[in-house]
Amino acid sequence: MFATAVIVFREVLEAALIIGILAAATRDVPERNRWLAAGIGAGLLGAGIVALGTGRIAELASGVGQELFNAAVLGIAVIMLAWHNLWMSSHGAALAADARKVGTAVRDGRRARSVLLVVVALAVLREGSETVLFLYGIAAAEGGGSLPMLAGGLAGIAGGVAVGWLLYAGLLRIPLRWFFTATGILVLFLAAGMASQAARFLIQADVLPSLATPLWDTSAWLPQTSVVGAVLHSLVGYEAQPSGMQIVFYVLVLGAIAMGMKWVNKNGAPSPRKGALS
Amino acid sequence: MLRSLLLAALLLLGSTSVIAADDEFRLVIENHRFTPEELTVPAGKKIKLVVENRDATPEEFESHSLNREKVIAGKSTATIFIGPLKAGKYPFVGEYNEATAKGVIVAR
Repeated sequence: MFATAVIVFREVLEAALIIGILAAATRDVPERNRWLAAGIGAGLLGAGIVALGTGRIAELASGVGQELFNAAVLGIAVIMLAWHNLWMSSHGAALAADARKVGTAVRDGRRARSVLLVVVALAVLREGSETVLFLYGIAAAEGGGSLPMLAGGLAGIAGGVAVGWLLYAGLLRIPLRWFFTATGILVLFLAAGMASQAARFLIQADVLPSLATPLWDTSAWLPQTSVVGAVLHSLVGYEAQPSGMQIVFYVLVLGAIAMGMKWVNKNGAPSPRKGALS
Repeated sequence: MLRSLLLAALLLLGSTSVIAADDEFRLVIENHRFTPEELTVPAGKKIKLVVENRDATPEEFESHSLNREKVIAGKSTATIFIGPLKAGKYPFVGEYNEATAKGVIVAR
């Protein structure tokens, strides 16, 4: 039961942390909770479909369909997060000045909501499909004796959600002056970490060369299987043994989004240009 | 400058797309165990690992040292490209049945 809880916790944790950060970043968007729930719901539905179709997906593209699918899902999430950050940079000054009195363009927040929906759905879909497959395996294999295992699975889900909520609650305590800078930086690293993961899937599919493997090895000090390692992996894309190509992706995406944010900030401030990015 | 970059890119791509048949290795999952549990592969070469899951339940091939993870549906076969590896031992597990599904790839 304990082993089951740990595995499910690990799968749920990543999605929960992503949701925690995004929920905080969109704190003042109207009807945020409804959109968040819709994203989770769509993600769960998608996870079930992906879990059912695992065999099919894997057979696509001469056996590397799963890798290409994962890379595509991650790639879309990276683009959405980049978009979110650029949008926030052009409106961030107004948001930080007074979140309650921003112009309709921001209050409306239609774009922020669709980004929230898509990224949350993709995160739940990716991590959820593996959890569904794992729990299905237990249920199918153990027959009647699987009840404690399923209880373990539920405990794992609860644990992951609790950590995500803690992150969310902690982020909300950041003073408004720094709040959007803080969530912006978190989203930036989230996107870079996802880009690095996408690169890993493309290497695994033999679409990209790995360059140096591994570029460094810190598995003795901070293994990815440890809780700290797993949390850092989800938040900033930490890997104990990354390949060179992953770091190339990481640095490129980090640099591109950071430069875009700076540029938008400079050109958008002080009064946010409504529709600059719409 | 641009031309040499392009050339380098082409060489890199070219080197990844050609895999000789003798660099293919097989693993079988049955009763939540890998066979063979120890697989010896050549170091410094890219390898195509073909994993056949004979169980009805799905399994996730996972190895942090190989930097690989892949879900393999029940009764199906998956392809995983690994390496080129430095000489050494690379443990892997079936994450869904970690108690029994363990093995190691030895590169030499």
